[in-house]
This record gives sequence, structure tokens and C-alpha cells, in this order.
Amino acid sequence: MTALLLEARGLVQQYDTSRGLFGRATSVRAVDGVDLQVNRGEILGIVGESGSGKSTLGRMLLGLERPHDGQVLWQGQPLPAPYSAAWRSLRAQMQLIFQDPLAALDRRMTIADQIGEPFIIHGLAKGAEAMAKVAGLMARVGLRPDQAGRYPHELSGGQRQRVVIARALASSPRFIVCDEPVSALDVSIQAQVVNLLRDLQEQSDLTMVFISHDLKVVRNICDRVAVMYLGRIVEEGPSDVIFSDPRHPYTQALVSSIPKAGTGLSHRVILQGEPPNPAARPTGCAFHPRCGAADRACALEVPVLELNRGRLTACLKLRATGAQAA
Amino acid sequence: MSLAIAAPKPGIFTRLRLKVPFLIAVAIVWLLIIVFVAVFADVIRPYPISQMNLAHRLAPMGTPGYWLGTDELGRDVLSRLIQSIRVSLVIAFGATILSAVFGTALGFLAAQFRGWVEHVVVAMADFQAALPFMIMSLAVLAFFGSSMVLLVCLMGFYGWERYARIARGLAISASAQGYASAVVQLGAKPSRVYLRHILPNVASTLIVSMTLTFPEVILMESGLSFLGLGVQPPESSLGNMVGFGREYLTRAPWIMLAPSLVIVMTTLSISLLGDWLRDRLDPTIR
Repeated sequence: MTALLLEARGLVQQYDTSRGLFGRATSVRAVDGVDLQVNRGEILGIVGESGSGKSTLGRMLLGLERPHDGQVLWQGQPLPAPYSAAWRSLRAQMQLIFQDPLAALDRRMTIADQIGEPFIIHGLAKGAEAMAKVAGLMARVGLRPDQAGRYPHELSGGQRQRVVIARALASSPRFIVCDEPVSALDVSIQAQVVNLLRDLQEQSDLTMVFISHDLKVVRNICDRVAVMYLGRIVEEGPSDVIFSDPRHPYTQALVSSIPKAGTGLSHRVILQGEPPNPAARPTGCAFHPRCGAADRACALEVPVLELNRGRLTACLKLRATGAQAA
Repeated sequence: MSLAIAAPKPGIFTRLRLKVPFLIAVAIVWLLIIVFVAVFADVIRPYPISQMNLAHRLAPMGTPGYWLGTDELGRDVLSRLIQSIRVSLVIAFGATILSAVFGTALGFLAAQFRGWVEHVVVAMADFQAALPFMIMSLAVLAFFGSSMVLLVCLMGFYGWERYARIARGLAISASAQGYASAVVQLGAKPSRVYLRHILPNVASTLIVSMTLTFPEVILMESGLSFLGLGVQPPESSLGNMVGFGREYLTRAPWIMLAPSLVIVMTTLSISLLGDWLRDRLDPTIR
């Protein structure tokens, strides 16, 4: 058995927008050619600024959106077309945890009913058996049994996210995408939910993709990290390697922004300018207008993702130095 | 049937019993009386509706034996009122439910399939809204003749476009909000998403819309009856009684008064009850 669970090949997602009635239609590439492997039992972090295509990538990995180009292979097989019967039954194996738990829950249903819904949908259990399983799930995520009859608005933010997590775990999935699962929560609750996710992952050998812009959380939980900038992966490798020795200038700027106890922010790399508009993408390396190390070649050539000191990077400068070292 | 879901929830009756405001209690009692009268019309009616007594023409209210008076042919107003309540209630309830079910189903279909299905539904709704409904009903009734079933169906098609628009808009926004798409990504079939999740969430708006349609149907039926195309004499409906009573407004106002009062009280009760139910059935407002 190969360790590969999910593989993305050349994923592209493109949205067409038109400006006004007679305006020229422009297309925005939210994700622009991403290759990614997710191994069984690992937690892969995807980090990047807002608008870098993290969430779109996550939705495509789950098959919730049909990619414009490229394909996603689940255990070697292409994902079925969205909303087909095969797609629906595959939902039991892959789940999504949402950023905003209040929006993801039906406000007119008790949380016990909502946690038990996957049992009914996939015909896994019913009646007393389903109720017992719901009680088990609630205990697993740390909800009290007396909260079963509550409605989502009667719970706190952290409790709601626990409900969402319990519902996602109900069908015993093998793969979970967490899309900014803690960014809507208080810092004190964040740690609890992150620890819960990690415990659950260890207990049931889950494979997770953890999408976040919060590097502290990602460093805490992930085995491997992919850094995205404007729809492309610019650096990918084991979490400890990336965070202790970032190579790509963008990753260096990101990692330097993590506050460390006892040190000032003197080493911080401050990025100039704003993230560019994905509809008007810079030529060459998309990061070059904000990059301190960029020269004229960076504006002309698009760097490809290639092996560099134990991780993958997409940067012309690094390729040059790597070649010199070799 | 409801064994599986009965256990943990507080039942609807426990919720209802908790606190019912006075006005709502009056509305409920009134509607119960109306429904009772409609169901047992044949038993409680003192005279047959077409029995004439020319010796007691236009007897005023309070005449012994004719407590609500008699009309121009000496027919008992009370008996005719009881029969009218039954006829009007069947038409109004039937038509309101028909339009709500039909309109909501079309609206959900449009929201689910989008594309050309949505275009067709919206175009039909626009067509319906642009069509003078009275003229169309006149044409249909004149062509096919008036019957109770036809009347209910026709009235049912009167209000559907409003439900279709509301249901479509709310379903689309529900899908965008997250709870519906969350259930979709759990693997639920569209039927489950729409019936178990979206419908309960949008029901409050639809209920309010139904309380608006109900009086409109009664008035529409009165209009058609008045033009001679609704309920045909000697059968009578509330609108029909008001229409014929109009000629005797100055000499015998009681012919018109009783059915008018029933129309006002019933529609008011339904509006109050609908408004209250919407708040009561929403767990977030308590």
C-alpha cells in the first residue's frame, strides 16, 4: 500500500468576472497550477495571505468545486463529478470543517440532531444506536451530554466549532480539510480546538489539510507545510525545516512575522506594497514587485517548484545559488 | 411514524401551552369556532339554505326564530351564513395551500437547478404578475363553467408567483449562507437539504405570506361571486352574501353585516395567529 492518499495534479481554478454590462470579461486565476501530494496520516498545512487561493484549493481537494484544469486523484482514482451519487457517498470519507461554525450550523435544529445527521444521510445508524453514537461523539469533542438539546445560538463559539468537528467525524472520514478552523475563535479557545484536532488526528489516524493564515497554529499542528502566494505554491516541505530555515523570500517574511518570546521584532522582514490583484498578475515571478532579492530576470521568467535543501521552492534566486553550491 | 424524532425535543404542544397572549387565545378560539361551524354546517344549520318564507321577508336581527334576520326572499341569514363559512373556508384554505405548495416547490426547483429552469420559473412568475388575474379568471370560468374544484384551482394559481419568488430568493441565500452548503457537503440529497433544512428556516416568511394570501383569496372569491362567476346561487359564500346584500344596504344592513364581520374576524385571526406562530416556532427568538 502506498502512503499517498490524495494527489492534486496541475490544479487550476479560474473565475470569470465581467465589469459592467459592456465591460470586457476578465478572468481571475485563484489557483494557478498546483501539484500537491497528501500522505496518509499526516497533517499538511497550507498557509498564505488572504486571496492566495488557500480555500479554493481546499475545496477542490475535497471535490466541492470542479477544477478548471488539472485533476484530483483520491487513492489513485479521479474524484467523481460534484453532486453525483458517487460523489455523495464519497462525502462520508472526506469532510470539511468550516471557518464560521455559526453559519455552518442550522439554527433551527438541536446540535444532537445535527451531529447525527451524517448517520441518517449515509444510512450508518438509526434510532437508539445513532443516539448512542452521537453521545459518544459529543464526549469525544468535549461537549457535555446536557447540551444535546441546545440550539447553535445557545452555545459559545468554541462549543459550536466542537459541534462542527463532531459532525465532521460522525461518518468516520479518512480525510478532513480544516478551512481556517480557529480564526473566528478567541485565542484562549483556539488552543483548545487545535489540541482537540491534533488529539483526534492521532486517535483515528486521520489525514488532514489545515488551511490557515496563522503561522503559530500551523507550526504547532502540521507535519508538512505548503506556502501559497497568489495561487501558486512557493515553498513546500517539512514543517520544522520550513519554520527553522525558510528559503523563499516570501516564506522568510512570513516566518519573521511570528513573534518570539524574549526577542524584539528587529529581524522582522516587512513586505513592501500590497498583495497584487490576482486579475492583474505580475509577469514572471508573481512575488517580484515585493521581493527584496528580485532582479530583472525575476520579472521575465516564471520560477518552477523544484527541490532545494530538503524542501521544494519556486524562486529563481534560490535556483542560482543552489546551482553554484552543487 | 414520528417515533424516531419524538424523544428529545419539547413537543409543539408544550411550547404552545407555555404562554399564549390573550389576543392570540381569542384568535385561536374564533378559528376553532369557524372550523367547527364549517365541519358541522349540516347539523347546526336551523333551516335549509334555500327555504323561503315570504311572510318574513327582510326580518331584522333578533326576530324570534331568525336571530340574524332574513334576506329579501325570507331565507334565514344565519343558515346561509353557516353554509357560506363552509364554502368560503374550503376555497380559501384550499387555494392558499395549493398556491403555497405549488409556488414554494417551483421556487426551490429554480434555486436548485438555476440555469434555464430558473429562467422559465421567473418568466412564468413575471407573466403571472403582469396578467390581470380577474380577466383571466373570467375567461376561464366563462369557458369551463363554474365549479368548486375549478374555483379552488384558479384561486390557487393566483398567489403562487409570490411564493415562488420568496422561496427562490431565500433558498439561494440559504445556500450562500453556509448551513445548506454544509449539509450538501455532508452528502445529503437535495430533497433532504430543501425539506429538512431550508424549508424550516424559510417557513416563517412563507407563513406570513400565507396569512396575506388567505384574506386576498376570500376577497377575490367575493369579487368573482359578485360578478356572477364565483359560487353560483342558490349555493352561497361569504363574498356572495356580501355582494347580494349590497342592494339592501340601507333597508336591511344585517344581510351584509354578518358575513362581513365573519370575513374581518377570520382574516384578522389568521394574521395574528400566523405572526405569533412564526415567532413561537423560531428557537432563536425566545
